[in-house]
Amino acid sequence: MMGMNGDTACAYAVKQCNPEVVAAYPITPQTIIVEVFSEYVANGEVTTEFIPVESEHSAMSTSIGAAAAGARAYTASASQGLALMYEMLYIASGLRLPIVMTCVNRALSAPINIHGDHSDAMGARDSGWIQLYCENSQEAYDTVIQAWRIAEHKDVLLPVMVNIDGFILSHTLENVAVLPDDAVKKFIGEKKIPVVKKPNGELTPYVLHPDYPVSMGAIDLQDYYFEHKRQQAEAMKHALRVIKEVGEEYGGLTGRRYGLIDPYMMNDAELAIVVMGSTAGTAKYVADLMRSKGVKAGVLRVRSFRPFPRDEIVKALSKVKACAVLDRSMSFGSYGGPLFVEIRSSFCYECQKPIMINYYYGLGGRDTPPHLLEDVFYDLKKIAETGKTGEEIRYLGLRDDREADNYKAELISFKDLNEGKIGGR
Amino acid sequence: MSVVKPKDLALTEERLAPGHRLCPGCGEPTTVKLVLKASDDPVIVCSATGCLEVSTSIYPYTSWNVPWIHSAFENAAATAAGVEAAIKALKRKGVYKYDKVNVLAVAGDGGTFDIGFQALSGAFERYHRIVYLLLDNEAYMNTGIQRSGGTPSYASTTTSPDGRVIPGKIQTKKQISRIMVEHEPAYVATISAAFWQDLIQKAKKAFAADGPAFLHSITPCPRGWRHADNISIELCRLAVQTCIFPLWEAEKVEGKMVYKLSAPSKQIAKNPDKKKPVVEYLKLQGRYRHLFKPEEKTDLINKIQEWVDTEWDIILERCGEK
Amino acid sequence: MSEEKSWREIPMGGLTWLNSIEYKTGEWRSFRPVVDHNKCTRCMQCVIFCPDIAIKYKPDVNMIEINLDHCKGCGVCAEECPVHAITMVKEKD
Repeated sequence: MMGMNGDTACAYAVKQCNPEVVAAYPITPQTIIVEVFSEYVANGEVTTEFIPVESEHSAMSTSIGAAAAGARAYTASASQGLALMYEMLYIASGLRLPIVMTCVNRALSAPINIHGDHSDAMGARDSGWIQLYCENSQEAYDTVIQAWRIAEHKDVLLPVMVNIDGFILSHTLENVAVLPDDAVKKFIGEKKIPVVKKPNGELTPYVLHPDYPVSMGAIDLQDYYFEHKRQQAEAMKHALRVIKEVGEEYGGLTGRRYGLIDPYMMNDAELAIVVMGSTAGTAKYVADLMRSKGVKAGVLRVRSFRPFPRDEIVKALSKVKACAVLDRSMSFGSYGGPLFVEIRSSFCYECQKPIMINYYYGLGGRDTPPHLLEDVFYDLKKIAETGKTGEEIRYLGLRDDREADNYKAELISFKDLNEGKIGGR
Repeated sequence: MSVVKPKDLALTEERLAPGHRLCPGCGEPTTVKLVLKASDDPVIVCSATGCLEVSTSIYPYTSWNVPWIHSAFENAAATAAGVEAAIKALKRKGVYKYDKVNVLAVAGDGGTFDIGFQALSGAFERYHRIVYLLLDNEAYMNTGIQRSGGTPSYASTTTSPDGRVIPGKIQTKKQISRIMVEHEPAYVATISAAFWQDLIQKAKKAFAADGPAFLHSITPCPRGWRHADNISIELCRLAVQTCIFPLWEAEKVEGKMVYKLSAPSKQIAKNPDKKKPVVEYLKLQGRYRHLFKPEEKTDLINKIQEWVDTEWDIILERCGEK
Repeated sequence: MSEEKSWREIPMGGLTWLNSIEYKTGEWRSFRPVVDHNKCTRCMQCVIFCPDIAIKYKPDVNMIEINLDHCKGCGVCAEECPVHAITMVKEKD
């Protein structure tokens, strides 16, 4: 057991995995990962080639080069950094390179904000990366280790993004149970090179190796691009199975089992909160509180957002009377947040479905204390009792959440501005 | 280094395959095949997005007989850095078969002067042992001849067209190679396919360098420069003979970058009479046609000549020839 | 062109499987280089400068050979030949 914050837990796990290449650029709240890992490098605790790149774009580009050359490559980022590497995220997944990255979730500018929300990762949700969201530092540590096994699985071969909430996890000290170094080494195993079959039956290793002149990243036009995207879709489908298998195997080793979703008191739950990341911890605490008051409350934490475990979520929620889906990022102009939209559409053809409402919460690191989640359960209780949904899209922890009709700007011409029509110097 | 015999060079393994779909007379493949021939060790190529990349990798075909990766436009240096780092780490683990593998990043002027400059600068500062080959055709040719930081003055491109008011690109060409020298890498050189002996020697030095090396190739583009297909090598030659693209190299000697003029340019430094007027180079190219038609714009041609003279002076100074 | 394959048959990640040597760019040509082997001094300039990697030196017969499957007819070889041993001839339609 070690006292570690989420960032250090990730760095520690990476140290034990000892990847060949770590290329990263510091950004709050991910900095600790890069700093702590640099110390491991400086003290000779890893054999990793650490590359303090000049930007996140290069962090991912370098990881791509390294992974293509047959190395295990790790990086970490957040917010604007992730946004800057956005182009390369698609290339990492499209080239089927099993890179592992920790994304320390943080709000996106503007206005600039360094605190935790899921806007950064949600912007990358269609980038072809597997996205796992952690509830606490223990899970962050555990997931970084599992990530290699998932990413490098022969049926998957996709990059994995391990998401931890900025500050709430990244900078908060927790007790983390760690495995001995050999156990981690044994669990992740030696890096293997994928072998692919060409249509003529010839086998080729998928790696940049002088003995095999492969070309990666060719220009792929109307006749084949679609086919390659179909392959990626298939790999994501396999990932649903592999994430569970790896989580189970890891559970056998540590007693901590992981799956695609994490249902809490859901067996007989009538009211449920669906949430991702650290807020699940608070929600579980509040569910206990509601249970003590005789309310059949439960929490469904979604751990894997990509691939989206549609069937498991439907199964977990189908008997619930009312549920609130909590989104920590906005999809502007969309009817609800990304998690809500996806869960609602999952139920489209189901006969048995809960009444569903959506809350935006915690943007820019806005605190989500237990009493707010209690309010959510009370809202759900009322909805379940009356059958009246009311406002479907709501805001949690926002001052004045009434629908606005007077929020607009005035416009003025440059000429009027120069003539001091609205004051000025 | 010993002089390479033409027959030996002709018989060296071709690392770039025929059947690529670069335009007839394109300056790129000649430089690339020659640079690749200069390495006795295995080479892994990291290509930026651009003409070379799209024309040599039209799926499911490839023209690369060496391991090759393309990831994006602005990151050839960063991708190459990753490959180099991976090889280093795999060697450290004792699982790498080869002792020496050369990593070659290839990019055009867009991927080097402009959008890729940050990644290039970063990779050189971090001192990765990579060779970066700049195929400078002086505009964004792959997207249809738009101006770049490498486009010279008064060249007409689709985003710096010669109009009734503005006569092509009004700014000058960024001196990228001198900027790269200021990074104090292991080696920097300018190359021209017309002087292939010089090119091969420099590429050999670049591959042997114990740190980042930068090769800057003048690379004619028949479509973008609007010249006849058959004169691309002649233009490579004229660029050197007019001193608009002098051949030089800079090497780190005892921590200091030392410039040296290469033989084809040195001959001109010794006999300034041999320096051809830049107009001989300009008049062969349609991108400068507005300087000659409907009437000759002597003032603009003179301005180009003045620029060439000034930059040539700077190079002579740096090379200790003045 | 190669026969189009399904997504199950092709390697992942867009890995190519054919060498462009199988792709004939000779069809682009409107002028064909013709070599006068008597004039040719085997100086190798054409081999070195050919952008299409279409000119080879055959040491067994001590001759250069132009591969018309790939030659795009740019004429660089004819232009650069120091003894004018190569001429460009218009292709028949």
